[in-house]
Amino acid sequence: MIPGTFDYHRPKSVSEAVALLADLGEDARPLAGGHSLIPMMKLRLAVPRALVDLAAIADLRGVRRAGTDIVIGATTTIAELIASAELAVALPIIRETALVIADPQVRARGTIGGNVANGDPGNDLPALMQCLGASYQIAGHAGTREIAARAFYQGAYFTALAPGEVLTGIRIAPPPAGHGWAYEKLKRKVGDYATAAAALVLTMRGGQVASAAIGLTNVGDTPLFAEDAARILTGSALDKATVDRAVAAAEAITSPASDGRGPAEYRTKMAGVMLRRALVRAAARATH
Amino acid sequence: MAKTHVTMTVNGQAVEGLVEPRTLLIHFLRENLSLTGAHIGCETSHCGACTVDLDGQSVKSCTVFAVQAQGADIRTIEGMANPDGTLHALQDGFREMHGLQCGFCTPGMILRAYRLLQENPNPTEDEIRMGISGNLCRCTGYQNIVAAIQYAAAKLSAPQEQAA
Amino acid sequence: MNEMTPPTAAERTDKLQGMGCRRKRVEDVRFTQGRGNYVDDLKLPGMLYGDFVRSSYGHARIKSIDTSKAKAVPGVVAVLTAADLAPLKLHWMPTLAGDVQMVLADGKVLFQNQEIAFVVANDRYVAADAAELVEVEYEELPPLVDPFKAMAPDAPVLREDLAGKTSGAHGPRKHHNHIFEWTVGDREATDLAFRDAEVTIKEMLSYQRVHPSPLETCQCVASFDKIKGELTLWGTFQAPHVVRTVAAILSGIPEHKIHVIAPDIGGGFGNKVGVYPGYVCSVVASIVTGKPVKWVEDRIENLSATAFARDYHMTTEIAATKDGKVTGLRVHVLADHGAFDACADPSKWPAGFFNIVTGSYDFPTAHCSVDGVYTNKAPGGVAYRCSFRVTEAAYCIERGMDILAQKLGMDPAELRLKNFVRREQFPYQSALGWEYDSGDYHTALRQGMEKVGYTALRAEQKAKQEAFRRGETREIMGVGVCFFTEIVGAGPSKNCDILGIAMFDSCEIRIHPTGAAIARMGTKSQGQGHETTYAQIIASEIGIPADDIMVEEGNTDTAPYGLGTYGSRSTPVAGAAIATAARKIKAKAQMIAAYLLEVHHDDVEFDIDRFRVKGLPEKFKTMKEISWAAYNAVPPGLEPGLEAVSYYDPPNMTYPFGAYICVMDIDVDTGVCKVRRFYALDDCGTRINPMIIEGQVHGGLTEAFAIAMGQEIAYDEIGNVKGASLMDFFLPTAVETPKWETDFTVTPSPHHPIGAKGVGESPNVGGVPAFSNAVNDAFAFLGNTHIQMPHDAWRVWQAGQKLGV
Repeated sequence: MIPGTFDYHRPKSVSEAVALLADLGEDARPLAGGHSLIPMMKLRLAVPRALVDLAAIADLRGVRRAGTDIVIGATTTIAELIASAELAVALPIIRETALVIADPQVRARGTIGGNVANGDPGNDLPALMQCLGASYQIAGHAGTREIAARAFYQGAYFTALAPGEVLTGIRIAPPPAGHGWAYEKLKRKVGDYATAAAALVLTMRGGQVASAAIGLTNVGDTPLFAEDAARILTGSALDKATVDRAVAAAEAITSPASDGRGPAEYRTKMAGVMLRRALVRAAARATH
Repeated sequence: MAKTHVTMTVNGQAVEGLVEPRTLLIHFLRENLSLTGAHIGCETSHCGACTVDLDGQSVKSCTVFAVQAQGADIRTIEGMANPDGTLHALQDGFREMHGLQCGFCTPGMILRAYRLLQENPNPTEDEIRMGISGNLCRCTGYQNIVAAIQYAAAKLSAPQEQAA
Repeated sequence: MNEMTPPTAAERTDKLQGMGCRRKRVEDVRFTQGRGNYVDDLKLPGMLYGDFVRSSYGHARIKSIDTSKAKAVPGVVAVLTAADLAPLKLHWMPTLAGDVQMVLADGKVLFQNQEIAFVVANDRYVAADAAELVEVEYEELPPLVDPFKAMAPDAPVLREDLAGKTSGAHGPRKHHNHIFEWTVGDREATDLAFRDAEVTIKEMLSYQRVHPSPLETCQCVASFDKIKGELTLWGTFQAPHVVRTVAAILSGIPEHKIHVIAPDIGGGFGNKVGVYPGYVCSVVASIVTGKPVKWVEDRIENLSATAFARDYHMTTEIAATKDGKVTGLRVHVLADHGAFDACADPSKWPAGFFNIVTGSYDFPTAHCSVDGVYTNKAPGGVAYRCSFRVTEAAYCIERGMDILAQKLGMDPAELRLKNFVRREQFPYQSALGWEYDSGDYHTALRQGMEKVGYTALRAEQKAKQEAFRRGETREIMGVGVCFFTEIVGAGPSKNCDILGIAMFDSCEIRIHPTGAAIARMGTKSQGQGHETTYAQIIASEIGIPADDIMVEEGNTDTAPYGLGTYGSRSTPVAGAAIATAARKIKAKAQMIAAYLLEVHHDDVEFDIDRFRVKGLPEKFKTMKEISWAAYNAVPPGLEPGLEAVSYYDPPNMTYPFGAYICVMDIDVDTGVCKVRRFYALDDCGTRINPMIIEGQVHGGLTEAFAIAMGQEIAYDEIGNVKGASLMDFFLPTAVETPKWETDFTVTPSPHHPIGAKGVGESPNVGGVPAFSNAVNDAFAFLGNTHIQMPHDAWRVWQAGQKLGV
């Protein structure tokens, strides 16, 4: 398992990276942690002619506040997400999710940008970003733009990212203090993609769901934003009948592949089970 | 293919070499530097046999290009012994607690355990199991690896307790 | 020194670190410092690298192979195809099972990832690049994937080379895809037992295709010296001496000019017994290029092309009385061998020792038949951490006994206790032809039941079942009982050989003048710790500290000929050779001691680390003194020196056994199974190093857990191999792996010089049925009879759905 040949570039700034990608054309790929791309290259399923390594661009790394929002740089590693005190307080679901991604070594190299940008439906963070209503900051030759995570994914490995564009950061408005959250993931073993997983954030008011957002991982060609399920839950006291209806609505939007993790029917049902379990944990965590 | 000049620090020594951009760090270590302690077991970043310490983190060196490690500070199993030549507590622990059999996963496992104990000097059993979950062992069933890491953790923290 | 109190007998014994002590491993000193010496660590001047072009299809005719683009890549030295090997008659090779196998595809391919061309270049990256450029034109042929369809009248013809051959190495062939039928037992008596039976069960029990997948893949370096006409071959060989003989037969190079070296091996588990195309191609490439050639398999190649295990489909019937006494066993196996019969069994045993299938039970009669068939899958059928087909047999009988217990409404442990071969029946003649050497099954199972609190577990299970029925929980609980008897230590020359070579093993011990020693054996450790344990045997036998004994294996120039390490044969066979060689040395040492002590040799006796005059313990000569004397003061008429060689042909196999109990909790909503507790009692006879035994048990149980709970090399309907990487092939991490409780009884083998039986494979053999029985037991109260392995979450969930949970 030897990757094909490529030219290697290590720009110092986003503008330099974007200019390089524009010059090099479609056969060039940005390289962040490389833990999706390099295995694909070793299998020769990806054969880029040039890699533009983003590691030396200091601006792209780290978690910072932008007003009330939080912006996470694209090359912030999964390990850094876990270690971030800021995120632990404002967005604890990120830490919970990050801890079930791959394994310690992969988390040390893998980045949030790579995880959300490459369009692999198996990755955990895209559904979470949809759940959180995150938007992706994108730089390209023509300038910068921002696109909602909920509008970003078009198919397996197909996203709204145009050739030559680089995802530079992720902006998230944290849910209000006291929100409930859970990322519930079923997997065969540590390091595996989800058989099915559900990301859930909700707020409660007077024993009723005031708001809810749900993302589903690896049960379709893209991450799934389960809007109907969330709407069904809103205003309810999470009684069994409502939860059953919400789960059914979430299951209805799935179209998982049949693979080693199980046949499609099973994975659809597991998306429902994960949502059900996420609801129990998130509701217990919600303080008002 | 044009080659790139890379420099890095490996086990405290400055090293350099000419590599293709695609040269994997594990091959640079094993072939260019003849540091054959780290192994290749799966090539898809699942087994962890190639684990080395890179700038204070455990990484799978089969999934890092040598050019990405330009300027990095790397430690491999060959650099684990103490400066006075005695073995590191983990190296002792793996032998004392029978934490290895065929030995193929051991260098990666010890390097991972080293970083784990840097981050968490007194891990619980569950924390150890999670901490080494990126390293596969086919021989031991992990039970004695966990014991070996516990042995090392106790040994490494012992002097501090005496001082306190 | 003289004023000091002489060491006590206990102190002298401790100093030896002989049998029974938890001696730390000598191997670990190098392994913990990254100083192991594995094949891929070897670098020779001018070394070239080989890489394979492999088949995209499961079954296809090869219309053309164009190597021109690959050959044009700078750095490529050669590209070999079958056409290049044919003049040397090396495009096919014999298998250990009496079949032949393509080295490189000859006209057609018979499984996906089959070897088609071998690219040799000055760099492994260049070889990989060039392999991509070899163009193969295929004509797809209908694939045969399902073994149950292999012998259909209209099944595609896989092996055109066998056209018209109505018999193979193991007798008549019934069909163009049939390999052999092997039968054993009394068919008539068994039929009669079933005719008269009060109760019978019948179930088809499948043991899926899995793979040993050691962490180090298969690899070699071949170096042919044209001037000397000598070949040196380093490789991941569990049986290096056999490899040398095979290499001599295949290549025509005289055997004394072939040097096979197995350095440190990163796990074998049966994967590294056979000879693979990579080895043959590397040798040919070295001969052709005059340079050393290295071949290193990648993980996908390992999982998809070298040596699968199992793929046994066992229709199992047991006859019994109403009160639970077994009266007959009938098993038919459909064995999927893939494209070539490359099983690594002793020659006369096409289904290995599957006839251990009567297990630990006193079956008055039994009959077993095995049909081997070809399919478009990788060849293999190796003994993955088990003696030959013994894990299949143990799974068959242990699931069968549980199914019978369920039908009878008996507790599975009670049924076993009722039918065990009793202690006084040993040596016991089984209905299918084996003579079990020793055992005490009742003691072992009762000890296990007591340790786990078996009665309380059953009570808890019953309460949980009731709670489940009331809808109070979605978790169910299973208790898996397994009592296995293995047959290991192949084997006696009267019934065991490989390519005609009897399956003895060997040991040579040389005591140096200072009392230090080197010992060499015909086996080869892959992690079992031979360097440590073998020295312990010698230490106890002849009184030299284990630390003063170097154990060396794997170099065919220096080690005595042996058949290698697999099938738990190292301790039963080589361990016996060590003891017998040591006893030869001891006998000579006794002569020397008597001479030095000026008494008759009958008047001295061995005492831990010395010979002493009987009745005068203060008059003695230590082994150190005797060693020195062996080189300068031997009795008249005796040759100087102190060394011995022993080739040991065992009189019988050994029969380790054990009682395993698994407690499993199952979440029926997800199918996720969690092992709450696993208790393993092993009786491997005399215990040489308890630390290493426990380590072997931990490791074997972990492999058994992986097999039962998730491992599978599957193929889709057109012959594409699925799951052949560590993303999908289930090798559990420390997180999934349960914690293991070990225990033991000791029932020595009566025929083995030190009473040892072997242990490395027991946990795999006994573990798989224990896990599977636990899963099946959990669902039994809902009407379940049998759920096929692997018990991964989705299959368990599906089973629950079928039962209406």
